[in-house]
Amino acid sequence: MSRRIEGAETSMSLPTLRPEPLDDLPAGPAHFPLDLAEIRERLRTRQGPAFWRGIEELADDARFREFLATEYPRHASDWDESLDRGFSRRRFLELGMASMALAGMTACTRQPVEKIVPYVKQPEEILPGVPLFFATAMTVGGFAQPLLAESHEGRPTKVEGNPEHPASLGGATAVAQASVLGLYDPDRLKVPTKLGILDTWPHLVTELQAAAKAQKQIEGAGLRILTETVTSPTLGAQMKAVLTAFPKAKWHQWESAGRDAVRAGARIAFGQPAETRYELGAADVVVALDSDFLALGPDSVRNAKAFSARRRLVGGSKEMSRFFAVEVSPTPTGTLADHRLPLRASAFPAFAEALAAELGLAGFARPSGLDEKALKFAGTAARDLKAAAGRSVVVAGDFAPAEVHAAAHAMNEALGNVGKTVFVTDPAEAAPVDQLASLADLVADVKKGEVQVLLVVGGNPVYDAPSDLAFGETLLKAGLRVHLTAYPDETSRYCQWVVPMAHFLEAWSDVRSLDGTAAIVQPLVEPLYDGKSAHELLSVLLDETPRKGYDVVKEHWKSARPGEADFEAFWRKSLHDGVVPGTASAAKVLPVRTAEVAQALAAAATAAAARPSDLEGVFRPDPSLLDGRFANNGWLQELPKPLSKLTWDNAAIVSPNTAQKLGLQNEDVVKVTSNGKSVELPVLIQPGQAADVVTLHLGFGRVHAGRVGNGVGGDVGPLRTTGAPWVAAVTLAKTGARSPLAHTQQHFRMEGREIVRVMSLPEYVKDPAKAKGHGLPPKDVSLFQPGWEYKENAWGLSVDLGSCFGCNACVVACQSENNIPIVGKEQVGRNREMHWIRVDQYYEGTDLENPEVHHQPLMCQHCEMAPCEVVCPVAATVHGAEGLNEMAYNRCVGTRYCSNNCPYHVRRFNFFEYNGEREKEPVLKMLANPDVTVRSRGVMEKCTFCIQRINRARIVAEREGRAIRDGEIRTACQQTCPADAIVFGNINDPAAKVTKLRDEPRTYWLLEELNTRPRTTYMAKVTNPNPDVEAG
Amino acid sequence: MSTTYDGAPGADPIGQAPVLAPGHTPASVTERISEVVNTKLTKTPRWWLLGLAVGFGLLNLFLLAVTNLFMTGIGIWGNNVPVGWGWDIVCFVWWIGIGHAGTLISAILLLLRQSWRNSINRFAEAMTVFAVACAGMYPILHLGRPWLPYWLLPVPGTLNMWPNFRSPLIWDVFAVSTYATISIVFWYVGMLPDLATLRDHAKAKVARFAYGMAALGWRNSSRHWANYETASLLLAGLSTPLVLSVHSIVSFDFSVGIVPGWHTTVFPPYFVAGAVFAGFAMVLTLVLPLRPLFKLKDFITDRHLQNMAKVMLTTGLIVAYGYVLEIWAAFYSANEFEIFMVLNRFTGPYAVQYWLLILCNILVPQLLWFRQVRSNVWALWVIAMFINVGMWLERFVIIVVSLSRDYVPSNWAMYHGTKWDIAVFAGTIGLFLTLLLLFIRFLPALNMFEMRVLTPEATKAHGEEK
Repeated sequence: MSRRIEGAETSMSLPTLRPEPLDDLPAGPAHFPLDLAEIRERLRTRQGPAFWRGIEELADDARFREFLATEYPRHASDWDESLDRGFSRRRFLELGMASMALAGMTACTRQPVEKIVPYVKQPEEILPGVPLFFATAMTVGGFAQPLLAESHEGRPTKVEGNPEHPASLGGATAVAQASVLGLYDPDRLKVPTKLGILDTWPHLVTELQAAAKAQKQIEGAGLRILTETVTSPTLGAQMKAVLTAFPKAKWHQWESAGRDAVRAGARIAFGQPAETRYELGAADVVVALDSDFLALGPDSVRNAKAFSARRRLVGGSKEMSRFFAVEVSPTPTGTLADHRLPLRASAFPAFAEALAAELGLAGFARPSGLDEKALKFAGTAARDLKAAAGRSVVVAGDFAPAEVHAAAHAMNEALGNVGKTVFVTDPAEAAPVDQLASLADLVADVKKGEVQVLLVVGGNPVYDAPSDLAFGETLLKAGLRVHLTAYPDETSRYCQWVVPMAHFLEAWSDVRSLDGTAAIVQPLVEPLYDGKSAHELLSVLLDETPRKGYDVVKEHWKSARPGEADFEAFWRKSLHDGVVPGTASAAKVLPVRTAEVAQALAAAATAAAARPSDLEGVFRPDPSLLDGRFANNGWLQELPKPLSKLTWDNAAIVSPNTAQKLGLQNEDVVKVTSNGKSVELPVLIQPGQAADVVTLHLGFGRVHAGRVGNGVGGDVGPLRTTGAPWVAAVTLAKTGARSPLAHTQQHFRMEGREIVRVMSLPEYVKDPAKAKGHGLPPKDVSLFQPGWEYKENAWGLSVDLGSCFGCNACVVACQSENNIPIVGKEQVGRNREMHWIRVDQYYEGTDLENPEVHHQPLMCQHCEMAPCEVVCPVAATVHGAEGLNEMAYNRCVGTRYCSNNCPYHVRRFNFFEYNGEREKEPVLKMLANPDVTVRSRGVMEKCTFCIQRINRARIVAEREGRAIRDGEIRTACQQTCPADAIVFGNINDPAAKVTKLRDEPRTYWLLEELNTRPRTTYMAKVTNPNPDVEAG
Repeated sequence: MSTTYDGAPGADPIGQAPVLAPGHTPASVTERISEVVNTKLTKTPRWWLLGLAVGFGLLNLFLLAVTNLFMTGIGIWGNNVPVGWGWDIVCFVWWIGIGHAGTLISAILLLLRQSWRNSINRFAEAMTVFAVACAGMYPILHLGRPWLPYWLLPVPGTLNMWPNFRSPLIWDVFAVSTYATISIVFWYVGMLPDLATLRDHAKAKVARFAYGMAALGWRNSSRHWANYETASLLLAGLSTPLVLSVHSIVSFDFSVGIVPGWHTTVFPPYFVAGAVFAGFAMVLTLVLPLRPLFKLKDFITDRHLQNMAKVMLTTGLIVAYGYVLEIWAAFYSANEFEIFMVLNRFTGPYAVQYWLLILCNILVPQLLWFRQVRSNVWALWVIAMFINVGMWLERFVIIVVSLSRDYVPSNWAMYHGTKWDIAVFAGTIGLFLTLLLLFIRFLPALNMFEMRVLTPEATKAHGEEK
């Protein structure tokens, strides 16, 4: 028991692979000094439509032009080292030898003999080739992301949102979509290890039970259990049982990107824990205080569904909600704002005070120290909120200060929104606690030497605990340390026993969503490795013979529902639907203690004003990796972050004016220092960022994440302390080094082209077809008469640009559905990313510090007159009878002519054997969707409108002797889209949803003048700014 | 071959340098030209060995680069999305263009009875064949799956699939393969009498046997000569349209496309002129150093240099007209994408390449208006090199610059060639050099029998016959 690991490094010999240094990537377009003052001036004086994308293009000064001019020759002459993949003497000889070998090589490769055995007995319900769907749920940050998982002959390949569950309604987030890759990750921990040596589960059970026996003697005084946020009713009950059996044991919770502020805010406002959920579909005015409620957090999908529905102008509707966003750093949610204000994190209490005061709430005084612009903004927002009392909502973000949450509660109550757009309920969490305090408490106990047995159930506190707790070193003072984890990570290295944690697709559990609705987490496969669930680990403490997860979960529900007449029927229905009926939390009416709130808020505002800092560092979970738990997920690493389109990195994000003040350029490496700790990160200048704020994304700089995530980006964790987990005073110092960042988009001028069309609501009301442009050219001018007639099905897709906020769920869904490989940072830097659908982003407006942002998902447009088809010499891309632009991979020889001739450049080329990983790691083969070809090197590929789904529906329809119904086919991007921005269907069917959307006056065709006649149409974005105020 | 004025045959009527230095007899012509070939292997000039070492070295680099290419994928190059074609197609078009001078000289100038071409046609034809060999490899190398180029051929097979005849790349296959075939046949047939001469002059047995086999039994009979004349006229007739068609069709690769900067009707004539322009520049690039090295100044005289310079000046002006027309057409179209394309060339990230192109292809060749420049060997060589570079840049500007910024701004991206792009290009230069050096060492680089015709003796005999 008392064996201790002396140094973490000696405890385990895990490979610490680091990616190749990438400092010789071609220079991005950002390497020139920006004169931001000049840019601003230019913007002010510019005439006509002012679209621009990236600061560099705005800085149309001589140095910029000179930079552009000199950029190419500099690189033409150098033998770019980054491509040679270590072209050493060895490689030279290798190739030399291979050249000789090739000279005499003929086609004489013998395929190895592999015998297969068909099913001797056909398993029930399994039809080879027909996927089955099972309801389950993923747990992120403790809360449910309800899913339907697709299983092909017993292996899960894809997840979709569960339409039955109120937290999903069919939509799913990017991280949920990427979760299947996590299941098959070859870097997962596969067997239990003790002190780094392979061991067995029974051995652990023996050792742990012996320890438990000893603890029983002292009522568990030395037993500690650290979990992440827990909403699982079964786990909650198990924890309760543990605490009953070991009365002096303690349960701690820690989630590094957790919702402490939400909990604390509720406590201030109501004096008791409470949860809040919003009904944005009923809200005419929404004010968000640093909230990314559409893209992040436990209820994001439901929020997105409701919010986008309220703002969708279809069927003659001329009404939409108005959205005010106040943000530190631009978020996907903020890009939909009709009025947006960038504000320093420390000014939020003051802003909340101002807003409350403007609303006339008693006890709230107008604060001093808030600038004119912010006050004016608060005034406008308050006027609109008041006008829409009972139909409005004030939303505070998960990382906004607790006092701001409390103020939001007070304002919502005062506006009469509670019970209409805002619902207060009991928390879904099993034991809502202040997790920071809980963790600090654990550390204190460990330091005192009180902890003899510590179970770390999930989580990675050594990596993500505030640095002043020195969690790793402290941990070594505890006795027996057991870590249940998916990967052998940073924390594992400080624990003697490391137990593989089963993936949610291979273990039984349950979980609740924000509104309390529970879902049973149903496994689709037996654990691939020796994985165990949290329930099974806790059962070791509770039961003589550890029980299986299935028994634990099922028996919990049996005991929790004694009233069920037919428990089996209830159980089966819950499993089938993915929703446990009757578990949603009831709305409560809790009076807000307005006086306390006002006092707390005033104190917070004063405190913030008393700690002025030149530069504040704001910590946020990464949009893709969150707190770092997905660092080893290549799909999420390569996912272009909303707004910056950055992949494979985090950066010190600063506003243009801060960069100007500090003399920083994009990709300059700076040393960010706070509390004596520092981290080096490249700079990323982000329009829309609040001034004097550096946004730092968590989740990077992992050293024991796995082969994908190790060494990617820089770890900002050391800068976080218990005193300042979200905002800290920081200083920036240039190091003189540069570090290239791989963006999926280059930044150049929009040239006033009508790519994304935007209008305001009054403009739309006046002329709904304002954005239509010329529409498609008439058909009769074509030389080819008569053209092909699409008699039965003609597939089309409609994308609503007013709904899209760039959350990227579609990108990962497409990647998962269509077996799209990742290519790595170096290849992204060469513009070779493979995503079939991408979300383009454009800035508009004249204010560099606060531009409007527009998103445009772009996939193959499936042109009826496709320029790519004509030029393919081998007819590898041809037109289908139903109007699809089809790609025959087998026939493609890879001339890339089609890609050149595609005006949308949506085709993707396999420059290398990008799918080689699948061959090297056999487990990854199980990930592939069997309905979609895995493409090899040298082949062109692109969006197919999910032709495999079309064909699946066609087979069913033909078997049933009917036409394919509208809505029967949903493309992967459409199905997952939380905003319902994408609609697919048969445009020959006048009743089809897509046909109706195509007939909407907002619909336009991208590059219509080229007469490519795309089957994909876009609906112009409409904004709804307050007509009495100038935008901004 | 008839000269009606007084003076040396082939002499210029306005008193310029003669096409053959005075004092030569048919025997001395044969002697001098075959001497190069008949030199013993041990007496091979040092510069030749050095040149071959360089060429062969580069050829091995080519082998290395192509092996890596085939094993790893075309990702070792700089191509990306949106710039799907980079150095690969730039170099393809560049090489194809270079070949054009040979065909023009051997076919069109033959039909036009330009006897001054006699001394350079063989060499230019060889250059054509080798340049087409270099060019012809690129379409295969640039494929994502280079083991499947035969899918572009209309071969009836088990695939049961024709190529897509609508694609300009298929037209390319026909155009380039026809061009290569005709060029090789023309070159070889034209060499027969000289191969026979070499057979007769060869001292070594092996050489005699080899040249004998290659000469296909040429015995200098009148009948042979009659057949030969007919054949070469026919081949010249076949080649003449090829001069125009090959590069026209290559230009369709671009003009059929939808990309601003590609979709232009002016391309076919402008590409052909550019090809001849480039071809003559390459002939000069090679001939100027070879002349002193092989002591051939008597045969390739200032007159030839003058004439070639004039052809370059003319075609260069046609190319310049093409550039101006492109700009004019963009603004006349009032198409925002076309206008942007032109402005992007002027001021965009690749403006340096564009202005270098204008310098190399338009400004520098204007020096050729001056007789002093045309007769200055050094100046001519430097100008020819400018044009070689300029024509490469022209294709770069058309292909890469147009693709890097077209319709949807979110696609815009820079293209950077890699060392492997350079290695493959250098490798094709190595192949070209190797073949060329082997050719001038072992085959008659100048046309002996046609040169003999230019001697006063022959002219006199010719006259007496009359």
